[in-house]
Amino acid sequence: MTDLLIKSADLIGRGRQDVLVRDGRVAEIGSIDAKGAETVDADGLVLLPGLVDLHTHLREPGREDAETVHTGTRAAAKGGYTAVCAMANSHPVADTAGVVEQVAALGRAAGYADVQPIGAVSVGLAGERLAEIGAMAHSAAKVRMFSDDGHCVSDPVLMRRALEYVKTFGGLVAQHAEEPRLTEGAQMNEGAVSAELGLPGWPAVAEEAIIARDVLLAEYTGARVHFCHVSTARSVDIIREAKARGAKVTAEVCPHHLLLTDEAARSYDPVYKVNPPLRREADVAVLRAALAEGVIDAVATDHAPHAPQDKQCEWAAARPGMLGLETALSISVLALGGPAGVDWDVLAERTSRTPARIAGLEAHGRDPRPGAEANFTLVDPAATWTVVPEGLASLSRNTPYAGMELPVTVQATFLRGRATVLNGAVLPNDSEEETTE
Amino acid sequence: MKHLLTTKDLTRDEAELILDVTEQMAEAVTGREVPKLPALRGRTVVNLFYEDSTRTRTSFETAAKRLSADVVNFAAKTSSVNKGESLRDTALTLQAMGADAVVIRHPAAGAPQRLTEWLDGAVLNAGDGTHAHPTQALLDAYTMKRRLGGVEGRTVAIVGDILHSRVARSNVWLLSKLGANVRLIGPPTLLPKDIDGWPVEIGYDLDASLKGVDAVMMLRVQRERQNAAFFPTAGEYSRLYGLDERRLALLPDHAIVMHPGPMNRGMEIAATVADSPRATITEQVTNGVWVRMAVLYLLLTNGEAR
Ligand SMILES: [Zn+2]
Repeated sequence: MTDLLIKSADLIGRGRQDVLVRDGRVAEIGSIDAKGAETVDADGLVLLPGLVDLHTHLREPGREDAETVHTGTRAAAKGGYTAVCAMANSHPVADTAGVVEQVAALGRAAGYADVQPIGAVSVGLAGERLAEIGAMAHSAAKVRMFSDDGHCVSDPVLMRRALEYVKTFGGLVAQHAEEPRLTEGAQMNEGAVSAELGLPGWPAVAEEAIIARDVLLAEYTGARVHFCHVSTARSVDIIREAKARGAKVTAEVCPHHLLLTDEAARSYDPVYKVNPPLRREADVAVLRAALAEGVIDAVATDHAPHAPQDKQCEWAAARPGMLGLETALSISVLALGGPAGVDWDVLAERTSRTPARIAGLEAHGRDPRPGAEANFTLVDPAATWTVVPEGLASLSRNTPYAGMELPVTVQATFLRGRATVLNGAVLPNDSEEETTE
Repeated sequence: MKHLLTTKDLTRDEAELILDVTEQMAEAVTGREVPKLPALRGRTVVNLFYEDSTRTRTSFETAAKRLSADVVNFAAKTSSVNKGESLRDTALTLQAMGADAVVIRHPAAGAPQRLTEWLDGAVLNAGDGTHAHPTQALLDAYTMKRRLGGVEGRTVAIVGDILHSRVARSNVWLLSKLGANVRLIGPPTLLPKDIDGWPVEIGYDLDASLKGVDAVMMLRVQRERQNAAFFPTAGEYSRLYGLDERRLALLPDHAIVMHPGPMNRGMEIAATVADSPRATITEQVTNGVWVRMAVLYLLLTNGEAR
């Protein structure tokens, strides 16, 4: 592998520097003249540690018509990600060592981003018996995070046991907080808009009640809980108080909850249907502030590709979820003050360093230091782009941002020193060429 | 007016125009030997009903036929929105057939609005989930106009399961737009959350809310709601929110009793009240045909050649 020289990138807080990469790791930082190195001109670009997504639905195995590990990780690379955590709600469910190892292997074969499987908490996500958490933890996939996402671990006994059990290897449970009895038949945020539209409401309290309960369980068991896709202002309050008491809780927010509101449902276009649902303007404001402050630890996409027929239908018949990987960086920038006001250090913290720490991905979320793996993203802070669904790398088209002009473009993504994206375009990789020839 | 999806989208002028044309339709047809007008000759109206509702479908069919339109009853799966041909594929089929108007009844809120994205013809909402039922509200307003001499300044109490009622929602927007005072009365479990912004008064006590009312509209309440804890028993519901003879006596003499049907006699309305001369229930059915004629006519002719 030839050396890679990233020329005059803006290293957050360290000014403009050259970064020399050798054998996938940072060799040198400074003013460098390296003959023979492949040079990438990063003048005017910000170098971020590669983005890390705590919450990706890659749909493989089971729904390869919506996304595959290959297409999903291409989308991830295009969005600036070098690692994604793959949610367990595939078909079959990732509730055995076999499935998590298969997903990890597919990720390695694709080569666009590291794929860290998340294991199911319960067998088949049914919420009844614990899945073989230990086997997944000790498998080659080294699963640390467990989640029944798509479903809430609503049984308090099962949640307690899962929390106690993952302590043996420093694992954590990522909770999709939704009290199921309060959301039976729910279609959108319960409030003024649902009242008018006649769509059954998903009350904020259904999320808050589970978060409050699980904060108490985390404190009682001494285990780690991570809250997926926090969507309400009151959830933020509960998490803030829990953290102040020293509870081992972390939380993520999705880009769509930082930008869109339940007003979008007025179109009855299910591209805006997502779970938890889009909330009120007041929630958006509180979530943005909590992200800036750090009460919310990370941005996570909840990237949820869906085949056309699952969205081109009645609202009630549509599956919930929206694409996120290719737009998350831009929307995070918007939510953290826009391209002019954003603090890039905070942005790196919430989209890379902290999620890498939560997921236990030690090679990711690292700023360039000699010896560190070269997992980086080069971002043009001055550029804008318009979201065109047909132009996305994902296999699916269900983006709620179609036609929107967004700030900031990903110019390049490097995974262990190899460019997965260059000049804004996804590059084919070696293993891919081998398989097509 | 290209479609009729909700009464919320109507301007007051449009609503009043529909009610005026309704009156003209009634006058033009009533007493004729052949109760038919040639206005929509050669036009195709498709009835696309995903819910069994013989009453509403027949009303639309009668209205279209009285305007000389060709009526096609398109068989649609009645069970679940997930089964059978997708709504989009059905829409593309109707588009290819050259439907001039599609009358849709669907269990999913918003289905008529989705339909407008997939076909060029006029879409007429005949009831979507718990969202809207605009022609029902228009026929209710027309009935009030006939019986009470107008809607402006009148007080209307809508009683019962507001949460699950598309009729209530459509009436709230239409009647308030036409200048009526609207009261919603029911147990808090059957009122939507966060409706402070609605142009209504909200009450939980039916006796108190009947004071000074010009029309009371009783909504159908399914007994099965007791299983989901919306109220303890049908008996308690009936005692607290049913319209019986005692409560009928609390109404001013001129006040009318309305019900969109089908009724649960003995539940939300006592049989004697339903059959009393104060009740406008069969009149509402008759007026429904005139209103639907007016709407079809306005949507398909843009009100030209009147
Ligand atoms: Zn979830």
